[in-house]
Amino acid sequence: MNRISIISLLFATTNSFPTAAQETESLQETLERQQAQIDALQEQLDATADFIEAGSVTQLNRTQLQERDVGSQTSIGGYGELHYNNLDATDPDNNTDKMDFHRFVLFFAHEFNDRVSFFSELEVEHSLAGEGKDGEVEIEQAFIQVNLSNELAVQGGLFVLPVGILNETHEPTTFYGVERNAIESAIVPATWWEGGAQLVGNNESGLSWNAGFHSGLEMYTSGSKAFRVRKGRQKVSNAVATDFAFTGRLRYTGIPGLDVAASWQYQSDPSAKPGDGLDDGAMIEAHMIYTNGPFQLRTLYAGWEFTGEVVEAAGVASQSGFYIEPSWRLNERWGTFARFEDVDGAVAGDQFEEFRAGVSYFAHPNAVFKVDVANRDYTQLSKEGSSYTGFNVGMAYQF
Amino acid sequence: MTDRVKTWWLRGVLPIVLWGLASAAYGQMGVYMETEDFLAAAFPDSEPRVEVIWIDNERREVLAEILDHPVNALRVSYWVSGDKSAWILDEIGKDRPITIGVVVQGDAIEMIRVLVFREIRGWEVRYPFFTDQFLGARLIGTEQQSVGLDQQIDGITGATLSVNALRGVTEVVLFLLQEARGSGE
Repeated sequence: MNRISIISLLFATTNSFPTAAQETESLQETLERQQAQIDALQEQLDATADFIEAGSVTQLNRTQLQERDVGSQTSIGGYGELHYNNLDATDPDNNTDKMDFHRFVLFFAHEFNDRVSFFSELEVEHSLAGEGKDGEVEIEQAFIQVNLSNELAVQGGLFVLPVGILNETHEPTTFYGVERNAIESAIVPATWWEGGAQLVGNNESGLSWNAGFHSGLEMYTSGSKAFRVRKGRQKVSNAVATDFAFTGRLRYTGIPGLDVAASWQYQSDPSAKPGDGLDDGAMIEAHMIYTNGPFQLRTLYAGWEFTGEVVEAAGVASQSGFYIEPSWRLNERWGTFARFEDVDGAVAGDQFEEFRAGVSYFAHPNAVFKVDVANRDYTQLSKEGSSYTGFNVGMAYQF
Repeated sequence: MTDRVKTWWLRGVLPIVLWGLASAAYGQMGVYMETEDFLAAAFPDSEPRVEVIWIDNERREVLAEILDHPVNALRVSYWVSGDKSAWILDEIGKDRPITIGVVVQGDAIEMIRVLVFREIRGWEVRYPFFTDQFLGARLIGTEQQSVGLDQQIDGITGATLSVNALRGVTEVVLFLLQEARGSGE
């Protein structure tokens, strides 16, 4: 092979293989094409996500984590509870074997704007309402709230009074025991709602306050319901409103785990009938809830003082009660409690001591199954035959 | 109106009402902090960049376990500057969304603010006496076991669902941040 041929061969060979620089340039071009494809795919992905999220309430800089369409200004919620009571009384004729869907409640709320909202609570009790039936259909709350500032709001309409623990927070998943405590039935007649207006305030110290002006009670002064506070609730149903009432509360929750509150209420004429011997009445209520990890302690006292010749002559001008309840949340699923109550109401049926203990199984934080045992001793001889020991089973939910 | 009602209405209730109204100042209700103010507080000395983390099926499962409900999000955006990140997420308390801002320095909570609160009860969760419990909290657990915070958060009676919303969002933020750093997103 002569020199020219060798040179030609070498030249041809050199031109057949890319140089390092050419390889680098080729790789660079490939990378740039691939990056452009990636950018295009990313744009398509973002556009797809934008399209999907446009149908929901998620915004790019404010991600909504839950499925519920909270772009709607209206929300629905509710709670309910089923009870089974198996109580053996001293007199077997007074035994109780009963199953009852005690409450089926729906909440409807609407947010008109950042300042004005509406809240309501509709309840069906004991499954069936109507002539001769045990149940009732009731509006327990229906009020408009106007936020006057970050610390002050006014509520007008039908609202639950700021007294006790259960009156405002009565979803059955929030308390232990199949049945509510008796003090917040006979003395503080929860659930207790009236019509009127109240101011609601709070500040960064953890102190909150309520001051409400509202419709009053219409208590009986004779018969089996005489002087029973619970039977005096008018429930804002064509309620007599010649005499109004006032409720005030101070509450402190500034230490996480601690809730202390005191309420005072004045009824200018608890029977709504002047001159019938039940002139006026005032209630004080105080409670404390202390939570430390799995341990919680609840205690509450409430008492009425009525004036008037007839109520004083009946010996029921003072009515009161208290309870104490320690509880232990064993884990995410199980909790246990014990409760002692002492009630001194207007009638023998509202004068007793009771001890109750039980467990709750939390299938979900908002779905609970409860079992408890209870022993109730009536203090009046006339009701001795109704004293009982028994067990209760319940189902409770809220959403 | 009877004379008795007039008397104690005028002497007792009306002054309280007037005092309450007088002490009120008009403001935008329920909005306690604007987004711009939150980011300015989070990044006082720098301009953050926006990042996005995608919620794949595995992450969605973990978030659903943390929050105890299905999660409706394809992606979550957040702001980053250096070792600090800021997040704004909505989570429903009882029946309305709470807009919650969380700032993380390193792997610990530096700040948490309720930007918008829309519910009737549970107002306590927007105040420092409650949110200060989250400061310095870190994530414990992995996606193979339950995720939680390394600090106890005491609840507030009557505000359990609002408390759960803040706790859940805090855990979600720490988990997503851990995921973002691990995947280089």
